[in-house]
Amino acid sequence: MSFNNVLKHFDNFNFEKYLNSVSDNDIINSLRKTKLDNYDLLNLLSDNAVKYLEPIARKANRLTHQYFGRAILLYAPIYISNYCQNVCLYCGFNSKNKINRAMLNLHQIEEEAVKLKSTGIEHVLLLTGEDCKKSGFEYIRGAVQILKKHFHSVSIEIYPMETDEYSILKADGVDGLTIYQEVYDKEIYDKVHLGGKKKNYQYRLDTPERGAMAGLRTINIGALFGLGNVISEAFFTALHAKYLSDKYLNSEFSVSFPRINTEGTDFSIINKVEDKKFIQMIIAMRLFIPKIGITVSTRESSRLRDKIIHLGATKLSAGSSTTVGGYTHINDSDKQFDITDSRSVDEVSEMLKENNFQPIFKDWEQI
Amino acid sequence: MDKLSLGNKTFNSRLLTGTGKFGDKSLIPKMLESSRSEIITVALRRVNINNPEENILNFIPKNITLLPNTSGARTAEEAVKIARIARAAGCGEFIKIEIINDMKYLMPDNEETIKATKILAAENYIVLPYMNPDVIAAKKLEDAGAAAVMPLGSPIGSHQGLQTKHLIEILIENSNVPIIVDAGIGKPSHAADAMEMGADAVLVNSAIACSEDPVLMGQAFHKAVEAGRECYIAGAKEKIRFAEASSPLTGFIFN
Repeated sequence: MSFNNVLKHFDNFNFEKYLNSVSDNDIINSLRKTKLDNYDLLNLLSDNAVKYLEPIARKANRLTHQYFGRAILLYAPIYISNYCQNVCLYCGFNSKNKINRAMLNLHQIEEEAVKLKSTGIEHVLLLTGEDCKKSGFEYIRGAVQILKKHFHSVSIEIYPMETDEYSILKADGVDGLTIYQEVYDKEIYDKVHLGGKKKNYQYRLDTPERGAMAGLRTINIGALFGLGNVISEAFFTALHAKYLSDKYLNSEFSVSFPRINTEGTDFSIINKVEDKKFIQMIIAMRLFIPKIGITVSTRESSRLRDKIIHLGATKLSAGSSTTVGGYTHINDSDKQFDITDSRSVDEVSEMLKENNFQPIFKDWEQI
Repeated sequence: MDKLSLGNKTFNSRLLTGTGKFGDKSLIPKMLESSRSEIITVALRRVNINNPEENILNFIPKNITLLPNTSGARTAEEAVKIARIARAAGCGEFIKIEIINDMKYLMPDNEETIKATKILAAENYIVLPYMNPDVIAAKKLEDAGAAAVMPLGSPIGSHQGLQTKHLIEILIENSNVPIIVDAGIGKPSHAADAMEMGADAVLVNSAIACSEDPVLMGQAFHKAVEAGRECYIAGAKEKIRFAEASSPLTGFIFN
């Protein structure tokens, strides 16, 4: 069984026809339910539901407070290599792009860790481009060894791996995995991923499941918004999260809704996501799975992030650099995408406190 | 009010509180004052000894007993490790065992909890295990050396009140250690209900922390717990299904 079997049910589903048929009454009924089914989710994601944004947001706010309290976990990424074998049209690290490439040695990783740690960050997300030869398995293991000396929680966002590799990394001290499908629409997936291992849709789709089988504690999934149809992509992201959290009770799942940033590429966005729709996805997700974690990165503006903490977000990155060696300015490599919210960890932390939220730096103990 | 005994310690308050989910940590000491709670649980995973500004322990007054919990543990082995780290970090002898490997409903694993209780009680911890209210498991926890047993009223954070009321009642009837109802208590009336039926104490976290005014809500819970306890001591009458006439029907019979 794979999530692909769930996706297959929708091969002939006419989203447009269904969404056009969603009435005000349907939306109000879905809003009143405590257990939402797939159709309720579509009702809340429909364009017609935009006029119910406020009542949906109020319910999302209430559910988030109930399950997560007034607490937001802060984390930051640490980019250690931007070498990549894939050809993804929307990404700055595209192997065909002529950019400055860099890969940190273990000593440099330690320097980055020390610098990042000095900002107060305790949860770190280790990132590489997807080059399993250059930034190979043993290199990743070495990096994890260093990071876990400095941080209480180490997650990875690297190339997809096999279950037994995840098991080894778990034993090494990795507790989280972030892996984005990028786009659930198979045609668009094929069009924007021209080469490299990422070309294999199914292998990528099953990656979070392999991580869960290896017993990784937290798993974050998502689609990159700007590629596929906004509503169906948000719908499949939610269904994927539901499928995983129903099947693997042992792991905590969270979702992200990253919006594409075309900086440094010639890529033109296929389906633009306006702020209103972005908010609608987040609050609909909260109603669909009340306990799901929702991560919002510095891709989004400070104006929006300051508001989204009231609507369902549970985890924010802060003070991030998306450049290899970006905290210590070790080299002049190119970044993956532009950061929109460039505030420091302290500034984001202050913002949370002003809004009567507790910034959480440490939420794990390595044992 | 009569005192609550746990391990070798006695407490005036029968309300245990928690540190999670507060928007502003500086509310914790104020809430402790208004609720008169003398025991507060704190997740070791959130204790950051190295950062004094963020360290939750610095917000807890010294006269309050710390009840570190093993939140995040999925097996007995992990819970035992976390408990040892908590003791080494100076969190005292109390430990609330919380072993959950079901992230969907957050139900505790009784079997693993019994194992961890046995190990930690042998290491002289005062062990308070969080459990699914099953009388057999409660007996095994008692035998394993638990200082109290903490059955859930309903799933964590659900605010649904005492959905497991009849099961907890069975635990109360059969237990030789205090029964502390933990999880699911959403309102002071739920806490009063638990105390009226004879629970020895209740643990309330999110209902206080997530309220609009945690300090006032802490006070409300204090009153509810006291009222419930006094009602229990005073001997609440059992509920009956029919009205009982104050002039008895058989009053005419003299011999």
